[in-house]
Amino acid sequence: MTATALSDPMVPQVHLVQSVTRETPDTFTLTLRPDDGAAPSHFSPGQFSMLWVFGVGELPISISGDSSTEGRLEYTVRSVGPATHALVKRQVGDAIGVRGPLGVGWPLSAARGHDVLLVAGGIGLAPLRPVVYEVLRNRDQYGRLVLLYGARSPRDLLYRKELAAWARQRDTQILVTVDYGGMNWRGHVGVVTTLFRYARLQPNRSVAMVCGPEVMMRFVTRELEHQGLAQAAIHLSMERNMKCAVGLCGHCQYGSYFVCKDGPVFPYERIRSSLEKHEL
Amino acid sequence: METLERIIAEHPFFAGLESYYVGLLVGCAANVRFEAGSYICKEGQEADKFFLIRAGKVAVEILAPPRKRIIVSTLEEGSILGWSWLLPPYEWRFHARAVENTRAFALDGKCLRTKCEQNHDLGYELLKRFAQVIEKQLVAAHYQLIDLCAAEP
Repeated sequence: MTATALSDPMVPQVHLVQSVTRETPDTFTLTLRPDDGAAPSHFSPGQFSMLWVFGVGELPISISGDSSTEGRLEYTVRSVGPATHALVKRQVGDAIGVRGPLGVGWPLSAARGHDVLLVAGGIGLAPLRPVVYEVLRNRDQYGRLVLLYGARSPRDLLYRKELAAWARQRDTQILVTVDYGGMNWRGHVGVVTTLFRYARLQPNRSVAMVCGPEVMMRFVTRELEHQGLAQAAIHLSMERNMKCAVGLCGHCQYGSYFVCKDGPVFPYERIRSSLEKHEL
Repeated sequence: METLERIIAEHPFFAGLESYYVGLLVGCAANVRFEAGSYICKEGQEADKFFLIRAGKVAVEILAPPRKRIIVSTLEEGSILGWSWLLPPYEWRFHARAVENTRAFALDGKCLRTKCEQNHDLGYELLKRFAQVIEKQLVAAHYQLIDLCAAEP
């Protein structure tokens, strides 16, 4: 790999699949490492990479691992179409092209000294997982950590063992809900906004980070405002189809922003009006 | 009874309610317990109460033949269970089952309706609070419906 290739965000670096972990029936976590043995580029929680399945296509996937772990990158991928299906079918040792890390991540500097409220829907927990690692690793730099996580059903819950482990940490509250639990499910049933009733929040000293389907984020932001959080304290991770991923092609244009370059994480106050517009 | 009055006054549902009205409510309230697995109410039965859940967990179920029962939501400490006592025909629209051992205050619906007829200010205060509970549940139901519909191709 030449220095030019390394510095050019349009040129993928070849990585090898180190492991594939099945999280749910349709969602897998891939661990990748550069094929030349070099350390992968450092990433900030909330950033993404373009993963290239050679011969199939390229996809934007959030980094879901620990930013302090050296030598490898983790991506959690839900198989929903031909390209993601091809991605999750990679075997250990297979090659994948990686561009990135790219984009703007979560505002962790601004969150220091504050309570951190994470609200995740479905696969939206993946880009928030590095934030959990960051807060738990630097516990004294943050206030309470509250995670509200909603999935469609118990079998769609990601990182179940980790959720249980996180819940045992000090100053940490993990609340999980499902839309449909079945009669044997002992946990909470209802949409993620119903968890706010049980969250121990201090709205005036909290920073909220939200990721999930857009409709979920609309309901959640309304609830956050109702709870008393300032718009400036709310941050959302947006998703759009991407091509170049460096702000040139316009595929991911969202109002006056490009999700790839200006996001994917945006302050709510910056995109609030766009969230209410149809077909944007 | 003084303790009951204090606990009811401190419940989020009654936040800010004048102590005189709290006193009226206490006359209709009783401490209740439900063993895990037992039913608190069943669809079609007379809705003569509502509950302030103090501890435990309650599953709200609807009958959906042929799958028999579906849990549509769960309620925990601080939640309100039931508003069917407010409006005719005063019948429960769902089943509610204690998932865990559950403690609650039961407020007698007939007793409350009588007091609300006699004191419309109390009635208005209660209706405002129940309207908020109903609005939240309606929004949550819309969102849940969108979520489940989105699962279909």
